[in-house]
Amino acid sequence: MKKRTTDEDVYILAIESSCDETAAAVVKNGREVLSNIIYSQIDLHTVYGGVVPEIASRKHIEKINQVIESALTTAGMTLEEMTAIGVTYGPGLVGALLVGVAEAKAIAYAAKKPLVGVHHIEGHVSANFIEHPDLEPPFVCLIVSGGHTHLVIVKDYGEFEILGRTRDDAAGEAFDKVARAVGLGYPGGPKIDKAAKEGNCHAIEFPRAKVEGAPFDFSFSGLKSAVLNHINHARMMGEEICVPDLVASFQKSVVDALVSRTVLAAKEYGYDKLAIAGGVASNSALRAAMKEACEKENIKFYYPSPIYCTDNAVMIGTAAYYEYINGTRHEWDLNAVPNLKLGER
Amino acid sequence: MRILGIESSSLVASVAIVTDDVVTAEYTVNFKKTHSQTLLPMIDEIGNMLGIDWDSLDAIAVSAGPGSFTGLRIGSATAKGLGLALKKPLIHIPTVDAMAYNLYGTSALICPIMDAKRNQVYTGWYHFEDVFEVVKAQYACGIDELLEELKVRGERVLFLGDGVPVFREFIEKHAEFPISFVPANSSRQRAASVAALGCLYFAEGKTETAAEHAPEYLRKPQAEREREAKEKQMG
Repeated sequence: MKKRTTDEDVYILAIESSCDETAAAVVKNGREVLSNIIYSQIDLHTVYGGVVPEIASRKHIEKINQVIESALTTAGMTLEEMTAIGVTYGPGLVGALLVGVAEAKAIAYAAKKPLVGVHHIEGHVSANFIEHPDLEPPFVCLIVSGGHTHLVIVKDYGEFEILGRTRDDAAGEAFDKVARAVGLGYPGGPKIDKAAKEGNCHAIEFPRAKVEGAPFDFSFSGLKSAVLNHINHARMMGEEICVPDLVASFQKSVVDALVSRTVLAAKEYGYDKLAIAGGVASNSALRAAMKEACEKENIKFYYPSPIYCTDNAVMIGTAAYYEYINGTRHEWDLNAVPNLKLGER
Repeated sequence: MRILGIESSSLVASVAIVTDDVVTAEYTVNFKKTHSQTLLPMIDEIGNMLGIDWDSLDAIAVSAGPGSFTGLRIGSATAKGLGLALKKPLIHIPTVDAMAYNLYGTSALICPIMDAKRNQVYTGWYHFEDVFEVVKAQYACGIDELLEELKVRGERVLFLGDGVPVFREFIEKHAEFPISFVPANSSRQRAASVAALGCLYFAEGKTETAAEHAPEYLRKPQAEREREAKEKQMG
């Protein structure tokens, strides 16, 4: 079994720049947040309807030092007092990742601190540890965001068994595409969540896509097409589209797919703890449905606050802590790995 | 005075230390490997060779663009990280200026050309017979346009840079003025030139904080250019 604590206090300065958030944080002993600084670029990308990698990378390099300095100042600590530097090195947008990786390496090198590269998804999973001191592996975890949809067993800290993943679009991507189609704009997740509250989720029966022979895999492109077809059909017939009903029905279909597979995984593999993570884990319908299903099955349900669902550096600091105390160290030639596999080091 | 120079704007990865008017170390690799993997190990290597205490640096000079967007950011983030941790200022060196600084003591016009793709170059014009003079600050233009403009000046022109292998034939065919191509030892970016020019800037007080520093791309992101073109079209 992996180490879970240390005698000495461990302070991690963590850096995250895998997509459109420039973030830094100071985390004590893996679970105590001393600072959490996030510079969100979302307004810059809204006019493009999605994240533009080159614009994201340019903003990262402009903001990264301020964000890191602010993380240290807010924590009331100096770089010298840090035990190690943690940084996301994949998966993500390569140009964006490279900024954080090059910066973290140079800081670790000049300050003579160990460097710990962190998998972005391992970070998302670890977000659950921040506010739940009682949560320890093993448990089942669903990671859902704009770029990722993974169903995993967290066997130990940093040790995963992947049960399923999306075959096409990520869940958050489906939200963005549907939101764009009905004119709600970007980012789609929160906008659909809000609009759906006014709608009837049984108004339209959309398909719950299953992947033949893979009970824990997801597929959202069929559902997305069904929604787009519905919109086109209504437009052709000159019918008014009730956006709240439409997005509530779409959201229900996504949530049903996510909840049913995740709960099934916990039951089949015999785990009584289940967590969700990633940007889509903020979705209120997903939280409510997962909570209800877990209660019915006597499974303890964990989820992070919204601030730890979106990309942030605290989760990277938490993951880096467990990697650090279990011996993970990276060299000065660490590279960004845009398609880094979960559990790879 | 001790300045660390960092150059990663093109295929060349190069780091150098200039100590009191002498290049005490330079490490240059011009080969297909990502700068992300090479740059910091190279800095570590020259540091170890010299047994340097990095706190003894006065500043970090970085080749700040134009060039490969990603390459520039790796150099920039490395310099910013070092600057943050060591609490040292950065010196923003225009990449084309540093290339021209490779050549001292010529009466010819120095014209570095970096391949900017789509028949474009990043270039600039310089005199460096005695005092380094920026005749025309670095900019992006078409290679044909550049030759037209240089023809008007009627000077002998020295070409260098990774634009040379791409446009050499074109230049030889169309240049209506005396030309030369710079030999291998001075024909590409070198961190020694970045650091040496950095010494000059440092003496003039031209530094910035690590937080302030950002590369100068000379080109907007493609998505931004396309959006602007579309908006212009729509009036």
